[in-house]
Amino acid sequence: MSRKLLLNNVHVEGIHTYDVYRKTGGYAAVEKALKSMTPEEVVEEVKKSGLRGRGGAGFPTGMKWSFIAKPEGVPRHFLCNADESEPGTFKDRYLMEKIPHLLIEGMILSSFALGCEQSYIYIRGEYMYVLRILEKAIAEAYQNGWLGKNIKGSGFNLDLSVSPGAGAYICGEETALIESLEGKRGNPRMKPPFPAIQGLWQRPTVVNNVETICAVVPIVNEGGEAYAGVGIGRSTGTKLISAGGNINKPGVYEIEMGISVEEFIYGDQYCGGIKNGKKLKACVPGGSSVPILPHYLVCKTAEGTDRLMSYESLAEGGFATGSMLGSGGFIVYDEDQCIVRNTWNFSRFYHHESCGQCSPCREGTGWMEKVLHRLEYGHGKIEDIDLLWDIQRKIEGNTICPLGDAAAWPVAAAIRHFREEFEWHVKEPNACTTRNYGLVTEKVFEKVNA
Amino acid sequence: MENQNIENIQFPKELLDEVQRITSLFPEGKQKSALIRVLHIAQAHFGYLSAPVMDYVARLLLIQPIEVYEVATFYSMYDTQPVGKVKLEVCRTGPCMIEGAEKIVSYIEKKLGIKDGETTEDGIFTLKTVECLGACGYAPMLQAGEKFHEHLTEEKVDVLIEQYRLNPVANYMGQE
Repeated sequence: MSRKLLLNNVHVEGIHTYDVYRKTGGYAAVEKALKSMTPEEVVEEVKKSGLRGRGGAGFPTGMKWSFIAKPEGVPRHFLCNADESEPGTFKDRYLMEKIPHLLIEGMILSSFALGCEQSYIYIRGEYMYVLRILEKAIAEAYQNGWLGKNIKGSGFNLDLSVSPGAGAYICGEETALIESLEGKRGNPRMKPPFPAIQGLWQRPTVVNNVETICAVVPIVNEGGEAYAGVGIGRSTGTKLISAGGNINKPGVYEIEMGISVEEFIYGDQYCGGIKNGKKLKACVPGGSSVPILPHYLVCKTAEGTDRLMSYESLAEGGFATGSMLGSGGFIVYDEDQCIVRNTWNFSRFYHHESCGQCSPCREGTGWMEKVLHRLEYGHGKIEDIDLLWDIQRKIEGNTICPLGDAAAWPVAAAIRHFREEFEWHVKEPNACTTRNYGLVTEKVFEKVNA
Repeated sequence: MENQNIENIQFPKELLDEVQRITSLFPEGKQKSALIRVLHIAQAHFGYLSAPVMDYVARLLLIQPIEVYEVATFYSMYDTQPVGKVKLEVCRTGPCMIEGAEKIVSYIEKKLGIKDGETTEDGIFTLKTVECLGACGYAPMLQAGEKFHEHLTEEKVDVLIEQYRLNPVANYMGQE
């Protein structure tokens, strides 16, 4: 049984309320930090823990914190990125809905560590009902003296509130989030200056993902070294995985990093295997942006070693034969699924969500969607496959924010690993328009197995 | 709401108080940060964001109307045209698609006699396909107002459409 650090008490009746959360040891980390630690010591523990950003990029949190500028007399801000919109990802919603006080406790600790007195949780607009859960919990935290002026006599002040978006994937990018929180369109900013220097209202700002902030609670409670002792190598601690697609038990699972992908897909305490006794065809392990892996690269690396649920192992082989842990949005495809259709669907998503600032992304995502639509609906030409490859190459790395890369990678990986399925769509256009997934994939699947 | 003009656009007192509360969450002079939330409230109250409604919001927050228009047209949750009382927003992105979202959309289209993006003649339902709503493990799903309806089947769609037809109040956003 894997260790749990965040979801230990998720099934305790009433854990969303202050009283129950407090009775199960909640706010002990804040007590400890305010009584016996300096802000620098909290940062130090987070550095020691090896915690890496759980939103997708996996950047070391302690290092990100140490970049924040501290000019005299200028307020700093700490922001929570609860814009969770990466297709396949629904872990933050689960955390906030079930244990809202864990996020609030993490927000207090992080704000204390960074010396921020006004912090915000930016939540996607579609999660309005979760915003209400958080607001209720924040009110409870104020009533019990964990927020506001001079918290528990420590001299530390913190105001915390929640602010919604209104339906824009791009606002999960930290500078777009900041723009949105300023009441503007979610257009990402050029970096530098980085938010740590000039962020919200041009003040030094740190933005972290919900799960990252929650992880600060066990780090302060048990110490950074203890946290680093969980997991494997540079993938320390636990990770929430949102499992979806053609599996028996979709849902949110907290795993200790380093368990095998095979155990995660087929193990009874996790996904419980492929639905309806079908075969595994492919897997997107870290949200729609990361490269799709064909079945023979899911549980094993190209070297033949076991693939593990960790930043390093999922990335082993680079983009040629690997992928990324990303946000932990784990999508499983069975043998009946059509890769071309899925890729088209994702391209439509990125086209819809492109903010339109940079031409390669604004135009390129639209072209990819159109070309993929043509292929999927039986009007494609064989040259279209190379055209797609060419377009994605011209988007990647040529945009202000990573949305361009995120749109390019799934297309590149689908062509890299499933080129024959794309060709099949051109050669058998009529079969494609009937959308007979079983027939489409069966042929390709056999070839892959051969 | 038909024939909206600026004179009869006014929040009731409790919503003005709510706007006041939201604005106070931000430092002095940064009241524009309240815009996105206030637009949710305006949309819930007035039905959609007409130009006069947006102008009203601009005056409330002491910003230029263009600052409101550019936000209202950027974010996909805002309607700048009239919509039905209940907006059925069906997720169409990857994980929902492979779990049968397309079938659910066609079923609703057939049942209500409207296409994606259209509103029923009685003005009760608008059908809209949307991108990932963060419910991938509970697919297929749709959102009506603030509520998520997950693990959809045709039977479940029948039940919820019947419920909303009898009591079409799902389209509220931003108020209790």
